[in-house]
Formats: sequence, structure tokens, C-alpha cells
Amino acid sequence: MIELRDVCFSAESAGVKKDILQNINLKIDERFVCLTGPNGSGKSTLARIIAGIVKPTSGQIIFDGEDITDLTITERAKRGISFAFQQPVRFKGITVKDLVTLAAGKKLTTAECCQYLSEVGLCAQDYINREVDDSLSGGEIKRIEIATMLARSTSLTLFDEPEAGIDIWSFGNLIEVFQKMYDKIQGNILIISHQERIFDIADRIIVVADGQVVADGEKEEVLPVLANQRPTVCSVLTEKVKKED
Amino acid sequence: MAMDTIQKRLLREVADLHGIPEGAYNIRSDGKLAGRNTTANIDIVTKEDKPGIDIIIKDNTVNQSVHIPVIIAETGIKDLVYNDFYVGENCDVTIVAGCGISNCGGQESRHDGIHCFHIGKNSKVKYIEKHYGEGTGTGGRVMNPTTEIEMAENSYMEMETTQIKGIDDTIRNTTGKLADGAKLEIHEKIMTHEKQRAETYFSVDLDGVDCSANVISRSVAKGDSVQVFSSMINGNNQCAGHTACDAIIMDNASVVAKPELTANSVEASLIHEAAIGKIAGDQLIKLMTLGLTEEEAEEQIVAGFLK
Repeated sequence: MIELRDVCFSAESAGVKKDILQNINLKIDERFVCLTGPNGSGKSTLARIIAGIVKPTSGQIIFDGEDITDLTITERAKRGISFAFQQPVRFKGITVKDLVTLAAGKKLTTAECCQYLSEVGLCAQDYINREVDDSLSGGEIKRIEIATMLARSTSLTLFDEPEAGIDIWSFGNLIEVFQKMYDKIQGNILIISHQERIFDIADRIIVVADGQVVADGEKEEVLPVLANQRPTVCSVLTEKVKKED
Repeated sequence: MAMDTIQKRLLREVADLHGIPEGAYNIRSDGKLAGRNTTANIDIVTKEDKPGIDIIIKDNTVNQSVHIPVIIAETGIKDLVYNDFYVGENCDVTIVAGCGISNCGGQESRHDGIHCFHIGKNSKVKYIEKHYGEGTGTGGRVMNPTTEIEMAENSYMEMETTQIKGIDDTIRNTTGKLADGAKLEIHEKIMTHEKQRAETYFSVDLDGVDCSANVISRSVAKGDSVQVFSSMINGNNQCAGHTACDAIIMDNASVVAKPELTANSVEASLIHEAAIGKIAGDQLIKLMTLGLTEEEAEEQIVAGFLK
């Protein structure tokens, strides 16, 4: 279980302090939780704070009863937190097999490695020896990123917009991957997404807007709140159009 | 020839040999001939006017290899050799050279190898060269290889040159001259650390119609080391040339990359790329989220980069 206690995060840009997250209090122990909300609402920052990539300005993070606020990324990874990047990192010279093996944390046979790749819809033979570099398309590297999460199978896996960069045709397959993963990884999944098909399979949906939790519950309860969330830029434009009328 | 443990280890490092190789070979140890074997198609002859050997490969020799490793285990040895390779027509051969120095003494040990390749029409050569240094002595380990490549019509040469740590000072000069349809592929890998210095200079003349060259260097500079990479491609005909230098810089190291292209024909198509930078923060973070420490992540990134 992951618990966030009064987590705040603020950043300075051009001398102006901006509150990205304000007093976030959450206890998450459901198997499949979707974190959603408008762009710029602080979702990715929240996931990065859990993984240890970003340090909160204040507040505590408790994981399986242990205060991990001051632990490093590596220490959190070892305790069972995984993080799938929205824009997966590319490496010159490191092959897909190398990366999946590093993720598994043990030597893998080619067959085991292929199994992970097949599960994310990649023809293993074509990819296993390829470098995780610029030669891979956005969709391909995204799938490889998900395969590394399968190889880790930790008690908490965070996904930052897995649908970003994947074409709509491949997205259907991706939903199946998540459904399978739900069965396969015996841990919890926290997924940042804007996709209704992800909401459909989520046990719980948390909506974040302007750095705060504005709705939290099952799909039916949350969707009406979500429908009322309009990005501020649009409302400004709407106001402007109204005035001009 | 009986080899001691140091010699065996050096041979393994530079030529991937676990003993005396099959086929043609010439092993030079501490400035002296330590073993030679010739075959029906590959002859090795000691030069009479200067130190070194001629390696003569007959026309139509295929699927054969020559190993010519040099090992230096005594401190203070200064070795200079001229090796000429005459590869006939229609051959397909692998040549493994390389030098290993183990210097546990206080004097400089040095090997300067001047290798000239004359590659016949339609021949294919894979040339692997590895430089390795070890030892706890205060004496320097120095290597200055020169490689001159002359390629006849439609020949192909692939040169893999590697130097990972161990060598204190190196100046590497490689030149190429390509006739019609010839193709040269060079891959260099270098890692320097501490106060080491490595300078590499490539100069390729694309003289023939439809000839091409691809000169790629990947390097990692750590500690206080200094690297200089210079690659010059001259397009003198309808040809294609590409050179790329990709370097990771760490600690207080310094890297200079100087790609240079000259087109003397409107039909010459030449490209250069050079990138120098530290390890990307995102790469470290990604591997740390997989449970690696920052140091382990750095090691993996460097090892992959130089693989």
C-alpha cells in the first residue's frame, strides 16, 4: 500500500513560485488505480514523487508501512516500486535483452526474455538483439518499457501515460496487455491515463486538477466530475469569445 | 613456444587467443619473433631492410585468418615494426592484430606498429586490432599505430579498432585510398581514464567512382584524460563518405572532435556528425528505477556504449 500524507510540491520558474501539488492525501491499496486530470495538473509529478525521482517540498510517503520519503530512487526500486516513463529513455548500445534482463534483476534465458516481449505484442525474434536507441519507433519503445515492468513484477508499478505515442490501432492491444498484467503482476498498478478504456478496467479513479484531488472513487462517481473539468486556457478563450459576441 | 601466464593473458586480451592459433600466425614477444606459421595460401616473410614482416595472401584465398599479435611483458622495451599486408584478388580473409603491454617496471614500454594494407580487386578483409595495457609499474605504456590502407576496385575492408583503458599515451594515424567501387568501414572504440591521452587521426581519399567510406568512433573519456579525434574525408569523385564521432565525457576529461569534409566533385556526397556530452540524467534515472545504484547505472551505460 502506498500512502501520501500532506504532500506538497512547488517549483520556481523565472523567479515566480508555483504550487504544483497542494496537500495531497491519498491511501492507495486497490489493484488497478487510474490517475487522471487535465494536462499540467500535477499527475506526473505525483508519480515521480512516489518513485523518488522528484523530492516533495513537504509531506510524507509511506510504502507498505515504511516511511520512504528520504529513500533514493534505487532504494525504492529495491523495495518494490517500478516506474514506466511517459517518454521511455533510449540508450546507445544497450539491447532490448540487456534492458529486460536488468529489469528482471537476474540472468534471463532468451526464451524468458522473449516471453515478456511477446506479452506486449512484439515479435521477440525481431527485437531481442536490437538496441534501445533512436531506431525504435515511439510505439515500439513504449512496449519495451512495459515489458520491463512485466519483468520486474513489483508490488507497485507506476505508468505515466502509457497510451502517449501509441497509435489508436495499437491501443486496443495495449488494453489487453494491461488486463493480462492485472492477472500477472501480483502487485498494484497506478496508471496515469486519459483513456476511457483504461477507466473501464480501473478499480478506482482519482482526478487531480490544479495540484489537488478533486474526485476519487469508482468510475460512475468520478466521470461526472471529470466532465466538468475544463482546462483553464479553454475557459479564458470561451470568456473572450463571449465578450466579443 | 612456451608462454608464461602474463604472455598468455596478453594474447587472450589482444587476439582472443587461448594458445597458439590455428592457421597462419606471427607472434612477436618483447621485440623478438616468438612463433610463426605459414599456410599454403598465406606466407609470412621477415623484412630484411627494417624490422617487420610481409604477409602475402594469394589470390582467391577464402575463409582463412592471420593472427599477428605483439606482446610486451618486459619494462623498457621500445619496439618499432613495419608490417605489410599484400592481399591478392578475390580473397575473403580475417586479420587479427593487436598489442598488449604489461609493464610492472619503472621504464616506458612502447610499441609503434606501421601497418600497410594493399588490398586486391574484389577482396574482402576484416581487420581487428585491439590494444591492451596493464601493470602496476610507474613506467608508461605507449602505442602509436599507423595504418595505411590502399584498396583496389570493388574491394571491401572492415576495420575494428579497440582500446579500453590501459594505454597511457597513443597517437593513432589511419589513412585510406579507395579505387572504384571500394568500400571502407571503420569502427573505433576508445576509453581513457586517469591521465591518459589518446589522439586518433583518420584521413580517407575517396578517389574512385562509387567508392564509399564510413568512419565511426565511439569513445568514453574519464578522469583527467584527454582525447582528440580528427576525421578527414576527401570526396574526389562520385562517392559517399560518412564520419561520426560520439563521445561520453566524465569527471575532468577533455574531448576534441574535428570532423572535416572536402568535396572535389559535385557528385561527392559527404556527411559528418559529432556529439560530445555527459551521460544523460534520464538514462541514469531509468536504470536506477530498475534497482541499480548510480555507479552501476553508469557502468552499464558506458559498457553498452562501447559494446
